[in-house]
Amino acid sequence: MNMTAQDDGYITADGRKIGPVMMEMKNITLRFGGVKAITDISFDIREGEIRAIIGPNGAGKSSMLNVISGFYVPQEGEVWYKGAKRPPMKPFQVARQGIARTFQNIALFEGMSVLDNVMTGRLNYMKTNMFQQGLWFGKAQREEVENRESVEKIIDFLEIQSIRKTPVSRLPYGLKKRVELARALAAEPTLLLLDEPMAGMNVEEKEDMSRFILDVNDEFGTTIALIEHDMGVVMDLSDRVVVMDYGKKIGDGSPDEVRNNQDVIDAYLGVAHD
Amino acid sequence: MPEQFYWGLEAAFNGLMTGVLYALVALGFVLIYKASGIFNYAQGVMALFAAMTLVGIMEGQVPFSHLINATFGTEVHHFGWHLPAVLGILLTVGVMILFAWVVQKVVFKHLIGQEPIILFMATIGLAYFMEGLGDLMWGSDIKTLKVGLPQGTNMWLDETTYRLFGYGFFINNLDIVATVIAIALVAALVMFSQYTKQGRAMRAVADDHQAALSVGINLNFIWVLVWSLAGFVALVAGVMWGASSGVQFSLSLIALKALPVLMLGGFTSIPGAIVGGLIIGVGEKLFEFIVGPMVGGATENWFAYVLALIFLVFRPQGLFGDKIIERV
Ligand SMILES: Nc1ncnc2c1ncn2[C@@H]1O[C@H](COP(=O)(O)OP(=O)(O)OP(=O)(O)O)[C@@H](O)[C@H]1O
Ligand SMILES: [Mg+2]
Repeated sequence: MNMTAQDDGYITADGRKIGPVMMEMKNITLRFGGVKAITDISFDIREGEIRAIIGPNGAGKSSMLNVISGFYVPQEGEVWYKGAKRPPMKPFQVARQGIARTFQNIALFEGMSVLDNVMTGRLNYMKTNMFQQGLWFGKAQREEVENRESVEKIIDFLEIQSIRKTPVSRLPYGLKKRVELARALAAEPTLLLLDEPMAGMNVEEKEDMSRFILDVNDEFGTTIALIEHDMGVVMDLSDRVVVMDYGKKIGDGSPDEVRNNQDVIDAYLGVAHD
Repeated sequence: MPEQFYWGLEAAFNGLMTGVLYALVALGFVLIYKASGIFNYAQGVMALFAAMTLVGIMEGQVPFSHLINATFGTEVHHFGWHLPAVLGILLTVGVMILFAWVVQKVVFKHLIGQEPIILFMATIGLAYFMEGLGDLMWGSDIKTLKVGLPQGTNMWLDETTYRLFGYGFFINNLDIVATVIAIALVAALVMFSQYTKQGRAMRAVADDHQAALSVGINLNFIWVLVWSLAGFVALVAGVMWGASSGVQFSLSLIALKALPVLMLGGFTSIPGAIVGGLIIGVGEKLFEFIVGPMVGGATENWFAYVLALIFLVFRPQGLFGDKIIERV
């Protein structure tokens, strides 16, 4: 696999086309009081890529995802998105730029059904004003139908038809993770951020989730950045991997390169050897 | 049927109107509490302020006229116009939206993530500030509000029930109109929150702030929206109360009656606020009618609170509130 920074991208071993850099983090430093969660980290994410962020507990992975999605504001560094430096932004503004995410601890609307949860992912596609909607005018109705259709497609895609009407609070953990992914996908994001999408899942659920992630990337061309602890999954899924430890970047490259990086091996002590 | 029974029924009907008022004020509480976790002590004062503003605008009063005259030695009091009720209400709605925006911008935007007790204290401050502002803008005299709501006993009901039961019910026209308006208002609110983009976003924010942000909802906008809606509900309550008893300070005290209503209905439930309001409104009239004579009257002062206390003991989440399950 060719990793050199050719600006218009590269072709992966399995024939997928990876485009130019879409998101670039430049010298990001994030502190919480005295704690340095991220220290001077730079890396990029290319169009169409599946990019993994790995590292031991407390390494700063979630913090990095939160910086990308605007939930945390770094003290130093720049975020470049689609060729332009991003001004400081609120999370909702980042979301409106086409960046969707899931959370390590799952943030769903517990009081709503699966369908309603996924529908919220389409809020920014609803354009008619509230009076038209309130009176259910033709345009509002058409819009609602269109949004419903695209949501139903995602629900089919993630194979959660059978729980469409179920209140989210009644679902087991694994399915909640899937619903959260569905909601993120409903926004038709250009960049999808997944914080430990397979945490707490059994082998079968993990296989399903891996398949969904690959399919999303393949069928919708969605760029994906994900955090994952399961090394096997990471090596299978990702095109490139960033490794963090104690807030620092200690490795960046293809799964093979990272696996053979001595700093990474030290940080993981054997996990990378399998 | 004994006369007593009819009197009791009549008392219950008359309690409906008060109940509707309690329900509306409680509704304002619920809207804000659900979306932001703020317990808005100022809801009652908002009703007073809205009603004062409506009277002031309709009568063409110059706002802050006392202040202006004292500062510049002028003698301005009135613009010299009288506006129709519809226009006055529209303008007052505008004022309440502006108020919601300012409150969010100046106060609560800076208190995001603070403890609920701090937010609560801020609303107490807000209540007293608004009370003063209302007096300063429109004067502290008791005002009469004439928005053209029908007054007096409904003769048709009186005659019909007399013919049917041999007892003519005295029901106030205003009570009937108020009940109808309240039903329409609640229906509109429910439609709004179920079927519009902003309504959906509002429910999302009420459920989970983090998740709401991640799907691109502007929390600040939603908070201005719920304060505006609460302001509108306050205006409706203020108009009804003002039309029956005049616009005066006591209006802001109905907020205190909204507290037991919330205990009954649950702090997060819109249907709870309505049903709770009606139960307390009707309950206190009936209780006064039945038990009042035995204990020397004035039970209306405490009935609601005792009922709420009993509820707190047996069902702390209220009739419709979310069940409280302690996570361990
Ligand atoms: N909101 C916060 N306030 C204070 N400290 C924080 C906050 N978020 C993260 N941290 C600290 O930053 C460091 C990195 O945390 P982070 O959650 O990013 O790690 P992580 O790599 O995602 O770990 P894990 O694998 O356990 O999820 C930790 O020391 C954590 O305590
Ligand atoms: Mg994490």
